[in-house]
Amino acid sequence: MAAPMSNVDEIRDRVILGEFGVRNVHTTDYPGNYPGYDDTWDLEKFKKKFRIDMVQLDENNLEFDMIGIDAAVANAFRRILLAEVPTMAVEKVFIYNNTSIIQDEILAHRLGLIPIRADPRLFEFRNSGDEEGTEIDTIQLQLKVKCSRNPRAPKDSSDPRELYLNHMVYSKDMTWVPIGNQADVFAEAKIGPVHGDILLAQLRPGQELDIVMHCVKGIGKDHAKFSPVATASYRLLPEITLLQPIEGEKAERLKRCFSPGVIEVEDVGGKRVARVVNGRADTCSREVLRHEDLKNLVKLGRVRDHFIFSVESTGILPPEVLVSEAINVLIAKCQKFLSELDSAEMD
Amino acid sequence: MAGGDGDRKAVLEMVQADGADEGCVTFVLHEEDHTLGNSLRYMVMKNPDVEFCGYSITHPSESKINFRVQTRGGLPATEPLRKGLNDLTDVCQHVLHTFEARVKEFRDRQEEAME
Repeated sequence: MAAPMSNVDEIRDRVILGEFGVRNVHTTDYPGNYPGYDDTWDLEKFKKKFRIDMVQLDENNLEFDMIGIDAAVANAFRRILLAEVPTMAVEKVFIYNNTSIIQDEILAHRLGLIPIRADPRLFEFRNSGDEEGTEIDTIQLQLKVKCSRNPRAPKDSSDPRELYLNHMVYSKDMTWVPIGNQADVFAEAKIGPVHGDILLAQLRPGQELDIVMHCVKGIGKDHAKFSPVATASYRLLPEITLLQPIEGEKAERLKRCFSPGVIEVEDVGGKRVARVVNGRADTCSREVLRHEDLKNLVKLGRVRDHFIFSVESTGILPPEVLVSEAINVLIAKCQKFLSELDSAEMD
Repeated sequence: MAGGDGDRKAVLEMVQADGADEGCVTFVLHEEDHTLGNSLRYMVMKNPDVEFCGYSITHPSESKINFRVQTRGGLPATEPLRKGLNDLTDVCQHVLHTFEARVKEFRDRQEEAME
């Protein structure tokens, strides 16, 4: 059981999940708010308290704990991950021929949403009004497919996979057409769609697609297709405190009120006693507060400055690179306004 | 007092009420939203020289925020803003270094486990 907290500390450091609402939601640790506390900004104090723990990291998924930071800053990172880390995506679609049953505009929209493997850091934003594009701001892709009958199909077959050739158009059919010196510069980059198995259209004999696409650099704020993440979210660490020992049938019922693995019932001197094993796994459903006899025996809260981040990449950049890039975007914003402030002062 | 030139798009403007001193200023941050607004407000509010700090988004279809700073003791409002931006940069830098160090550690540990 956790050490008892003073009332003031609880208001400052915990979000309380009550029966009829969530209390102490807002950050209140500003200078002047609490007598006896020094809440003035202090970088050294922050550095001492701040911690990051990696939980899981693989090709596309990242989970980590960010501890000792305010929600305002953590939320800025999350928002930047979703909307302001640039990627490359199909922006212009030149349809020379489309005799399939899927309409031009639907197909163009679908092409836009396909994640394109290309490092956006190596490209520039295209200037507004620029229709042509150059090797530094544009990737050109081509999709040229024609469906035909399969001459070797069995006579009595009715399976389209045997009857036709090229009747399924997949994202892997999008081929990269280098512009200028791109063939040399990006020789090892394998530019093209991240996933080859996205179905774009189905064709029948005689139908064809002849399309050229221009991919440009952009950000999720402008269009969701530029967002580098499938999801980027955080939650606060749940904290469950048992205010007094809970035994017997009550303990079993308490266990069922929480997500599996949160509460375990243990044998202590012949008695069945409930214990909080893993508060982190809880979904904070507050089910326990519906039980009259249990609701006053537990305290449900969340740690205000403990963020469990989860970042899932679309596969264009690894998730740990995305987080680094997001932090750099926020630094760049600050620097932009600092230099603006300096030049305003010069006038 | 405007921060931007006529031909270039303004990035930062300063708006003051008539007769107000330098300590009460509304900064207009163009092309910004809650991302910078809220995190910067937090850092500025952590400054004891600041009496009030808040921001609002003028309209959903306008991409700018009004960032209001009022200071104590006649300190020019640009000072806490500058300090806030610097503090936020320091925080980001520390988070970035910590994050990259932890990623590297995690990778090394994974490689050890593989061997």
